[in-house]
Amino acid sequence: MRPVAVIGIGKTPFGAFPGRDLRSLAVEAVGNALLDANVAARAVEAFYLGNFAGPSFVGQNHLAPYVGTAAGFEGIPCTRFEDACASSGSAFFHAWQAVAAGVYDVVVAAGVEKMTSQTTPRVTEILAGAGDMAGEGRAGATFPALFAMIARRHMHQFGTTREQLAAVAVKNHANGAKNPLAHMRKVITLEQALAGKPIADPLTVYDCSLISDGAAAVVIAPLDQARRYTSQFAKVLAVAQTSDYVALDNKSDITFFPAVQSAGLKAYAMAGVSPKDIEFAELHDCFTIAEIIASEDLGFVEKGNGGPFAAAGCSAIGGRIPINTSGGLKSKGHPVGATGVGQVCDVVMQLRGDAGERQVARHRLGLTENLGGSGATCVVSILEAA
Amino acid sequence: MDSRDGVVYTETVVHAPPEQYAADAPYQLAIIDLDSGGRLTVRILGKTLAERAQIGDRVTFIEERNGVAYCQRSLT
Repeated sequence: MRPVAVIGIGKTPFGAFPGRDLRSLAVEAVGNALLDANVAARAVEAFYLGNFAGPSFVGQNHLAPYVGTAAGFEGIPCTRFEDACASSGSAFFHAWQAVAAGVYDVVVAAGVEKMTSQTTPRVTEILAGAGDMAGEGRAGATFPALFAMIARRHMHQFGTTREQLAAVAVKNHANGAKNPLAHMRKVITLEQALAGKPIADPLTVYDCSLISDGAAAVVIAPLDQARRYTSQFAKVLAVAQTSDYVALDNKSDITFFPAVQSAGLKAYAMAGVSPKDIEFAELHDCFTIAEIIASEDLGFVEKGNGGPFAAAGCSAIGGRIPINTSGGLKSKGHPVGATGVGQVCDVVMQLRGDAGERQVARHRLGLTENLGGSGATCVVSILEAA
Repeated sequence: MDSRDGVVYTETVVHAPPEQYAADAPYQLAIIDLDSGGRLTVRILGKTLAERAQIGDRVTFIEERNGVAYCQRSLT
């Protein structure tokens, strides 16, 4: 395996864009990444596209060549990756593997989702398909319901409170308000978050990520070729993908995610670093409880202390480990298939020192954690400044 | 006793349902530790607060509808 670098990043804004279709969003993100990398479309050797539910959301299948040809790729392998909310994390993992293994030199990994053309009940139903539809789904479990049950158990076992969950939402909204590409650039108060409309008890609307349209893309290449294209590359020290049961009721303990723990351990070993070396992270806050549990599973804080850690400001910009400086899925938005690669783009921006108002002071080593479903897929990446 | 009696491991009340269950909301879901071993995701019958089940409560299987077990909080 040879070392790999991210040589270009590109994103669209995340939001509700009634006038934009899936393909135009993906093409815009890919175009931005190619421009950022100083790479021509014809130089790209393979295209890895993450997308969760294009066929259900917009009625389009065969998405990778559909997007790839429009982006200017000619005759190369174009493949779609689907692992629920970790779809583009998976695309990134497989793209990285191919370059690390020496199969290709220059590849593009991207992600896209177009969600807002459907009603919220219909979106809820499509998202539920990332769970076990023969069991929990048939009983009426939505994704907020699955994470609400996780939150209830975490509260029961560790004393995590509603206020600690809400503190995650308040922090991520404060960060997102500083991100020009975020879906909801709105500061909220703890009182507002606690008084939000109930979605699945104990979660309110402020505990849930947004339904968004958007796309993100990265160009990757062997590290020893990165300087040919740009001085602004980031080293990929590790990418690990793991899996677990899809159904929540198959797990013996739902207060942690085994896939997150194992992806974290693999990534730390591969990168030769430990959790205390990580300076900032983009974690998969599809629900506030998910960020709290991920901060525990990745070793940033002791098991059960994720709630107090967030409420004390340890994960705020300026805190011990800033988490979700982009605003996270909560405020930046969660176009499901775009999220994993979007996190990589956000970490690379911080590594380059390009994060503007939300720039963190220490930005040499960053981590991404992209979770699929209620923990059945996890992709963890560790990136280092050039 | 039914093989689907058990104790609540975790629960939630769903206020924002998927399209197909819109008419049922709000409804309570629970994952229960079955007396017979293993876990199952079930619906808890009842609409009032008093009928809601909490973690640790015993629930009794009442009926099956469309492959889903409906349980009720045990009174004793």
